[in-house]
Amino acid sequence: MNPGSSPPPASDPDSAVTSSIRELIKPKPFRPTVFWRLGEEIPKPLQTGLMITSLALPLVLWWAVTTLVKIDPVFLPSPGAVLAAFGRLWQSGDLLKDTLASLGRVGVGFFLSALVSIPIGVLMGSFASIRALLEPLFGLVRYMPAPAFIPLLILYLGIGEPPKIALIFMGTFFFNTLMVMDAVKFVPRDLIEATYMLGGNRREVLTQVILPHVLPGILDASRINLAAAWQLVIVSELIAATEGLGRRISVAGRFLRTDEIFVGLIVIGIIGLSFDLLFQYLLRITCKWANQKR
Amino acid sequence: MFLQITNLNKVFPTSHGPLVVLKDINMTIAEGEFICAVGASGSGKTTLLRQIAGLDHPSSGEVRIDGQRIKGPGPDRGMVFQHYTLYPWMTVQANAEFGLKLQGVPKKQRREQASYYLSVVGLSSYANLLPKQLSGGMKQRVAIARALASEPKILLMDEPFGALDLHTRESMHEFMIDLWQRTGITVFMITHDVEEAVFLSSRIYALGSRPGTVRREMIINLPDRHPLVKRQAIFHDYRDELMDLLRQHGQEALAMAA
Repeated sequence: MNPGSSPPPASDPDSAVTSSIRELIKPKPFRPTVFWRLGEEIPKPLQTGLMITSLALPLVLWWAVTTLVKIDPVFLPSPGAVLAAFGRLWQSGDLLKDTLASLGRVGVGFFLSALVSIPIGVLMGSFASIRALLEPLFGLVRYMPAPAFIPLLILYLGIGEPPKIALIFMGTFFFNTLMVMDAVKFVPRDLIEATYMLGGNRREVLTQVILPHVLPGILDASRINLAAAWQLVIVSELIAATEGLGRRISVAGRFLRTDEIFVGLIVIGIIGLSFDLLFQYLLRITCKWANQKR
Repeated sequence: MFLQITNLNKVFPTSHGPLVVLKDINMTIAEGEFICAVGASGSGKTTLLRQIAGLDHPSSGEVRIDGQRIKGPGPDRGMVFQHYTLYPWMTVQANAEFGLKLQGVPKKQRREQASYYLSVVGLSSYANLLPKQLSGGMKQRVAIARALASEPKILLMDEPFGALDLHTRESMHEFMIDLWQRTGITVFMITHDVEEAVFLSSRIYALGSRPGTVRREMIINLPDRHPLVKRQAIFHDYRDELMDLLRQHGQEALAMAA
């Protein structure tokens, strides 16, 4: 009970037990490390080196395998051949046309999805009533893979642009809504009540406290779901598309132009990464207050 | 009387049946007093403060301020929470102005008013910083300035210094005394810190636990409010008396629960 009391004297029968525990404890070495630091930063030069390796090593391996080993270029084209294919597709204007087509679908589909999902997500996070009304439905539909809706979308919307945009919308809307809803749950109740005490009403709390507080969460959810939109645009272009990066890849596959498949994949990857970095940059400049580091 | 709590009861429904959190609370607070309600956990002190704030409603009884029955939250009662409740995306200045902005005060006047109260809490030179750049004590001072900017009738404080380290807490005590003496504001603060209560209060309500009740009212008459008063016998007498009171009732409550 009393934390200030002295330990029991040595004659105490219990002390035999306590002293033997020490003998049972095995010493364990704790070696210093740089590479395996758990949850810590590593030195900057090491970090830069590893990041360069991350991209350079596969590239070098690719180059080495295609030049040193005799591989059928239909199976694995060399980096040079892919670069040449890139030049060819760029010169003909096909690559730009395909890229713009895919970008347009992602842009329109995801913009519409964000336009609807962000307000609904904020409302669901803010009002338990709206959450109870929508969460069961959204939670269910979220687990239905968007591509599984393609036959229905074709049936309802035909084979033009609408079903492609609708697919991107469907595949990102439910996730984005629920992720924005979760972000709203992190708004401290005290902050909301403090605003009431300062004379704010519910509408002002919603627009001037909850919304700014969840802006970083909204940008982050959108960043993640934009990646999903890129996956879906490629799938959507399997529906009777005449241009688009997904279309380019499937046509190249049909004619065994493996180098063009690689061009398509790499362009998709680079565009996706650029969007990711753009969103991270947006987050950094618009929400300085939310940055972990000062 | 300025703030009047009459026969206030608060009952929460639970899965084990109704839980009485506050029982027959009666308090009267005059303008300019510094009141502390002191109690252990389970004394319902935060619940009591929430009834005065209007963030929650009594099961029976009422709270009146200036004769007006409290029906909901409002800026006539400035509130300082235990946890930091500054808006992290706003500067210190914007935080201090925000209450006035919500109440429709024009930009120029609210800037002047907020600047004045930031100078009262000694943070004028920090006006353009973000809350995350401030220490815990400074954050609470901004929260106090923000509450005072609306010129409330009473300042309600919910264990405002509970999250601060000992030294910061002591300097905040001196700051509160100084603020109280300069502005003459009425303060109602809840705390479990006996020394804090004795040092700050003009009057103390000692709360009993489970259910929360007013056990004793103590008028504190210290010769002055300099920190050195904490070493005087009169301070120790008040402190020990209050401590005994809380300990005794704590044990009674434990015995009843067993």
